[in-house]
Amino acid sequence: MKKDFLLAIFDCEEKLLKSAEKARDKNMEMYDVYTPFPVHGLDDAMGIKRSFLPYVTFVAGAVGLGAALVLQIWTSAVDWPTIIGGKPFISLPAFIPITFEVTVLFAAHSTVAAFLVYNKLFPGKKAMIMHPEQTCNKFVMAFEKDKVSVDDASIMFKELGAVEVVVQNVDTKLSWY
Amino acid sequence: MSDAHVSELRQPLITEDRTYKQISEDILDTLEEKPSKAWLAGFSISALFLTIGFLTVAYQVGTGIGTWGLNKTVGWSWDITNFVFWVGIGHAGTLISAVLLIFRQRWRTAINRAAEAMTIFAVACAGIFPLIHAGRPWLLYWVFPYPNTRGPLWVNFRSPLLWDVFAISTYLTVSLVFWYMGLLPDLATVRDRTKSGLRRFIYGVLSFGWNGSNRTWHHWEVMSLILAGLATPLVLSVHTIVSMDFATSVIPGWHTTIFPPYFVAGAIFSGFAMVLTLLIITRKVLNWENYITLNHIENMAKVIVVTGMMVGLAYGTEFFMAWYSGNEYERYCFINRATGPYWWAYWTMVSCNVLSPQFFWFKKLRTNLVFVFIMSIIVNIGMWFERFVIITTSLHRDFLPSSWVMYSPTWVEIWTFIGTFGLFFTLFFIFIRVLPGIAVAEVKSVYKFARK
Repeated sequence: MKKDFLLAIFDCEEKLLKSAEKARDKNMEMYDVYTPFPVHGLDDAMGIKRSFLPYVTFVAGAVGLGAALVLQIWTSAVDWPTIIGGKPFISLPAFIPITFEVTVLFAAHSTVAAFLVYNKLFPGKKAMIMHPEQTCNKFVMAFEKDKVSVDDASIMFKELGAVEVVVQNVDTKLSWY
Repeated sequence: MSDAHVSELRQPLITEDRTYKQISEDILDTLEEKPSKAWLAGFSISALFLTIGFLTVAYQVGTGIGTWGLNKTVGWSWDITNFVFWVGIGHAGTLISAVLLIFRQRWRTAINRAAEAMTIFAVACAGIFPLIHAGRPWLLYWVFPYPNTRGPLWVNFRSPLLWDVFAISTYLTVSLVFWYMGLLPDLATVRDRTKSGLRRFIYGVLSFGWNGSNRTWHHWEVMSLILAGLATPLVLSVHTIVSMDFATSVIPGWHTTIFPPYFVAGAIFSGFAMVLTLLIITRKVLNWENYITLNHIENMAKVIVVTGMMVGLAYGTEFFMAWYSGNEYERYCFINRATGPYWWAYWTMVSCNVLSPQFFWFKKLRTNLVFVFIMSIIVNIGMWFERFVIITTSLHRDFLPSSWVMYSPTWVEIWTFIGTFGLFFTLFFIFIRVLPGIAVAEVKSVYKFARK
């Protein structure tokens, strides 16, 4: 699926940030902004809501904690109880280290998995590139062409210091490399 | 941005003026150039040691653990010493990438990538020792709790050795994904600037389709912080559990509650020394002095002096407790440690770990690269001896004087250990050739820090 985008290209984050704030004030709906590194303040300008990832971490951690306890108690006290050093079958203090490790294991990997799935990142995915230098030294603000007035936007972003304002046809379909 | 307005006292983290494009070039050009002679020489030597180590391990797996110098009194020695040594080295990487991230120490950006890589390689080296000590490495899956045909007879969840299995596996895999998620943006940068078709394809596959979208960046930053928050208690738990391999036993010299913090401090101490050993050479060879600055070296030297003192305090506390406990076995164990047949190992440890870091009180010495490099090696020699002293001297004179013996390693143990150095450096040499050795995106994000 190919789409036309209006791209405002900047060479430093300060100008980008100022333009993004201006665009927000004018109610121009941003498709996305592409930057070589995270630019702080851009989330507010784009109106991005706080990430849901901490909830995934919490739930996965709780599941890991429960799973580790159930596994240890069930194997040590129910399925095949064995007396070891005269300790009780359910020796909770001795189960704490593994419970902790499994909690962290589940929490960390689930967070990463949720991050990858939500952002549709996977090995071999073809990157949707608006400008060849957007991962190196260019900051690219993208609007869907039919949602903005091209002429007004060009003038506005040029004034705000964009090095280039162009219309580009980009394939937005998810595809393999 | 807000970075520019910090106090006058702050120095820019990147010493020379650069454009963002130049930063990419400074760090990434090395991936596209032909390997230098120095790299080829270093890689060949490491690979040679790795090969000899591999053959040695093959020989001992074929013949049996009887090829080691162990006997019925000293049942644990070089194997576990080397295991703890390598796990300890791994700790600095997580400390730099996770703990310093939480504390907003932005200078970490230039060194976290290499330090994390070092962590992963060191933990891989550590894992080899329990694997071969199992005697039949192909049965190592027995350490995992899986339904089996022997009952099922489950693993013993009360054993610190099993805790180790869980701790090390969690640590290795979490460090690995943390490291790889950090690599994604930089792999995308390599992909987009390279001209070669094959290289573009490989980095394209590896970069997971990263395109620098700010929506992704937002989640990426939250994820990094979460992983850092999880990795911080994790790294402390790993060496705590390693120390419990000893502390939960009833052997005088091992049975002490001080072990967890003592081991963690020692791990950070040796890990930072190894980071210094690697990065002092790397920054010079790859001309990264602008990114990994003298300031970085100095900060790490300060961490070494702090953790060195903590280790020294632990040595002192152990002796005090041995005397204060009134237990004659405990007391003898420590007197024997310092004045018995292994006195030379004990005093090597004390001189390397407690006395020598005191030189780092002087700024002139902290910023002298040759001196810091030599010190980083001395610290690691000292930390290796610490584990050897704790393990071997506590065992070699047990409760029955008729079974008192000495232990010395055989060529098999020595070459296995050298082989792990071969593995470690081979992996590091490959890493520095094929992956961005400095986190490019993160360095760009701190470029304007304190810059006028």
